[in-house]
Amino acid sequence: MRIGVPREAQAGETRVAATPNTVEQLVKLGYEVVVESGAGALSSFTDAAYAAAGASIGDPFDAEIVFAINAPSSAQLDRLKPHATLISWLSPMLDQALVEELAKRPITALALDAVPRISRAQSMDVLSSMANIAGYRAVVEAAHEFGRFFTGQVTAAGKVAPAKVLVAGAGVAGLAAIGAAGSLGAIVYATDPRPEVADQVKSLGGEYLKVDTGQEEETSSTGYAREMGQDYNKLAEELYARTVPDMDIVITTALIPGRPAPRLITEEMVASMKPGSVIVDLAAPNGGNVAGTVKGERTVSANGVTILGYTDLAGRLPTQASQLFGQNLVNLVKLLTPERDGQLVLDFDDVIQRSITVVRDGELTWPPPPVQVSAAPPAAAAAAPEAAARAPEKQPMSTARKYAYTGVAAVLFFILVAIAPSALVPHLFVFALAIVIGYYVIGNVHHALHTPLMSVTNAISGIILVGALLEVGRYGTLVTIISGAGLLLASINIFGGFAVTRRMLSMFSRS
Amino acid sequence: MSVSTAAAAAYLIAALLFIRALAGLSKHETAKAGNNFGIAGMAVALVATIVLAGHQGINTLGVVLLVVAVLAGAMIGLYRARVVEMTGMPELIALFHSFVGLAAVLVGWDGYLSVERKPYGAEAASFRALGTYGIHHAEVFIGVFIGAVTFTGSIIAFLKLSARMKSAPLVLPAKNWLNIGALVVFAGLTTWFIIHPQLFLLVIVTILALALGLHLVASIGGGDMPVVVSMLNSYSGWAAAASGFLLNNDLLIVTGALVGSSGAYLSYIMCQAMNRSFISVIAGGFGIEAPTGGEQDLGEYREVTAEETAGLLRDAKSVIITPGYGMAVAQAQHGVAELTAKLRQRGVEVRFGIHPVAGRLPGHMNVLLAEARVPYDIVLEMDEINDDFPETDVVLVIGANDTVNPAATEDPGSPIAGMPVMHVWEAHQVIIFKRSMASGYAGVPNPLFYRENSAMLFGDAKARVEDVLKAL
Repeated sequence: MRIGVPREAQAGETRVAATPNTVEQLVKLGYEVVVESGAGALSSFTDAAYAAAGASIGDPFDAEIVFAINAPSSAQLDRLKPHATLISWLSPMLDQALVEELAKRPITALALDAVPRISRAQSMDVLSSMANIAGYRAVVEAAHEFGRFFTGQVTAAGKVAPAKVLVAGAGVAGLAAIGAAGSLGAIVYATDPRPEVADQVKSLGGEYLKVDTGQEEETSSTGYAREMGQDYNKLAEELYARTVPDMDIVITTALIPGRPAPRLITEEMVASMKPGSVIVDLAAPNGGNVAGTVKGERTVSANGVTILGYTDLAGRLPTQASQLFGQNLVNLVKLLTPERDGQLVLDFDDVIQRSITVVRDGELTWPPPPVQVSAAPPAAAAAAPEAAARAPEKQPMSTARKYAYTGVAAVLFFILVAIAPSALVPHLFVFALAIVIGYYVIGNVHHALHTPLMSVTNAISGIILVGALLEVGRYGTLVTIISGAGLLLASINIFGGFAVTRRMLSMFSRS
Repeated sequence: MSVSTAAAAAYLIAALLFIRALAGLSKHETAKAGNNFGIAGMAVALVATIVLAGHQGINTLGVVLLVVAVLAGAMIGLYRARVVEMTGMPELIALFHSFVGLAAVLVGWDGYLSVERKPYGAEAASFRALGTYGIHHAEVFIGVFIGAVTFTGSIIAFLKLSARMKSAPLVLPAKNWLNIGALVVFAGLTTWFIIHPQLFLLVIVTILALALGLHLVASIGGGDMPVVVSMLNSYSGWAAAASGFLLNNDLLIVTGALVGSSGAYLSYIMCQAMNRSFISVIAGGFGIEAPTGGEQDLGEYREVTAEETAGLLRDAKSVIITPGYGMAVAQAQHGVAELTAKLRQRGVEVRFGIHPVAGRLPGHMNVLLAEARVPYDIVLEMDEINDDFPETDVVLVIGANDTVNPAATEDPGSPIAGMPVMHVWEAHQVIIFKRSMASGYAGVPNPLFYRENSAMLFGDAKARVEDVLKAL
């Protein structure tokens, strides 16, 4: 089968759906690749480079499979051959008109941005790879607008305070932004409704600001943030209102799939920031997290805060973005080409393939059934009360009970010893005291020495030899022989036990 | 000063030396001295007893047997101790326990044969005079019982540890009732024996105890063997103590009680480390609960090559190695030690994290690493190292499974829920050396293998470690 890679028609699009590197991989999978002339020009890939990688230059819409970054225009769709497969970023959950447009044609349409968030599908997740770039670029854009250093310095010309950066939403973009801002030297704070990301924020050098709801924490089961409840939103707003005035840079990345972006930063908060501060709103395409964001534009608020609503952040690193996007496509094609023979096969039993299919041969298959993906199963929450119910058992005994048990034990011992024949009493005495000593003597044993300790106690328990010794040769022949067997066994134990302990201990050495 | 008071004095000194030995064994610095104290104590005890036995009258056959048996035993013991592989340590110790058990049974039988069998002999008369004749019956009976349980239990443990027997737990119907029933029958038989000491009762109780020991340990899974070995250690102590009561010998009582209580406490520490009920392990009840949750899609795992692993290690600043039983099986400890040395030369901080129940014997991993000359101050316990994982670049999990299973902390429905585990998944990258994707001893799937920061390096641990070494 042939794969066509058109030049992106959308104004301002700089990326391309295949690079010479990915073309090479596609050819290895058995496909022929047709690239439109000049398709990679804006991403710094020449036609010659594509040709060198094994592609031919020609009409991409003549191919059985078409790769694209953005959904093709209606005119382009008309050029698709019947039964062709289109693989592209389609936003089917947002763009109902496009879904209908696609379903009108006898084609198959796969939405790359609908890949479920499961580990297996990560290598195909364009949302992640684009978000990663966007997060990085957001910091670069902010640094470009910001009139100061990010890093703190002490110079001959005076001290420079580090910039403070707040990243709202620690998804892929947010984490990339935290990492990038952190490596420029800024102090980075991050917020997110999902408490499980706190560690990830920390691992990139950021500080996680938790919205303290005082409630049981919930783990997201889809891997994406959900829309939060009224209480949470109120508390989050307070947190932002408190934090934002102190920030130099605010980067918002809060997106909820299939819904308008939540409003995090109000007009008052923007007004409370210092002049020269920069806000980058990565949610601008979906309405923005910040009051005053204009989609695709740079605006400046009345108090001199720059708000960037760029929607093409990933496209601003076209070479990188094309390579990652192209690689995601290759990974998907690998999944769709189980035989590696250049034949695309769609398997609806596979959750990934089912999830991304919007239209199959002209038949509408959107929306797909939901997929549960979070690593920590939600069942954990159901089991939690049970664990709580069990907890009291593990609590240390109350003092009263301790006294009671000790008392009962003391009485039992008293009775036991009192009724014992007097000849037995001294033995019971040493027995009881030895038990206590045995307990205390190894109380602080170092874990590493458990094995030597055990082998030494094992050797010592060979003291049973004494018992056999006292009986050997004293009574009848039968007793003597049996005792002799006992002597043999116990001696093996004593000598073997001590020798092996010695051998082990001689191996422990300090560096 | 008579011979018997001199012997008693020597016994006291021996007992104190034993206490000193156990105390010394709890720290690295004093461990060797501790062992020497133990040897000294044993020498004092033996000399004193031989003198005492000679004083009480010993016939020629006895002297010959004594010399031959002790010399033969010494030779066998020393030979075994010299040739044993450090990986075979658990088996050897289990086997040694069985000797103590059997010796205790023999001593008990001797007690019966020399006293009860001749109810009108001089011995029996002297017990009657003291009013402890009935007590003596009980002592014989209890001593034989404990000894026999220790004997068969240790034999089964030995067979399981040396893989001569399947390590899966034996599950008989109503197994708990079998155990309890055996104890009830034992109590009844003891009463009967005290009233009418007869040979057939002693035979019955011996068989009963042998069967009980067999069943107790057979119904414990291989993964719990560390606790079982330590528990049998305790039993062997109690067996010695019982013999001490039987023979009116305080040294036996003291030493047996020391070993018994320290072994029991050690088992208790280990049960806590595994979050198990002490009672249920002793009763052979653990490991058979059905796992909840059942099949779940854990996602896909990633594989990594030895070269890539070497690359990761080269770039790492800090590395933690968490070994498990698999390292012992593959005999990979020398390769691991070499890897450690190489990385340390390059300035990489390498440490070991040892889970309390890694291996098949408490402290098993420490012994193996010590054998391979890994300095013990970089070998740390779980509690010492668990908080350091988030700052660690690479974790190498070598042949460990259940001890690094995040399900223990994250999934309350998991059979190992609540068991303290090494938090390796908090590190930046985890490499798991493993033969296949099979479950560990607990039979629980391990979500660690499917984590984003985990990668599997399949194959024999020894071969793979050597590959990594080559690539470095």
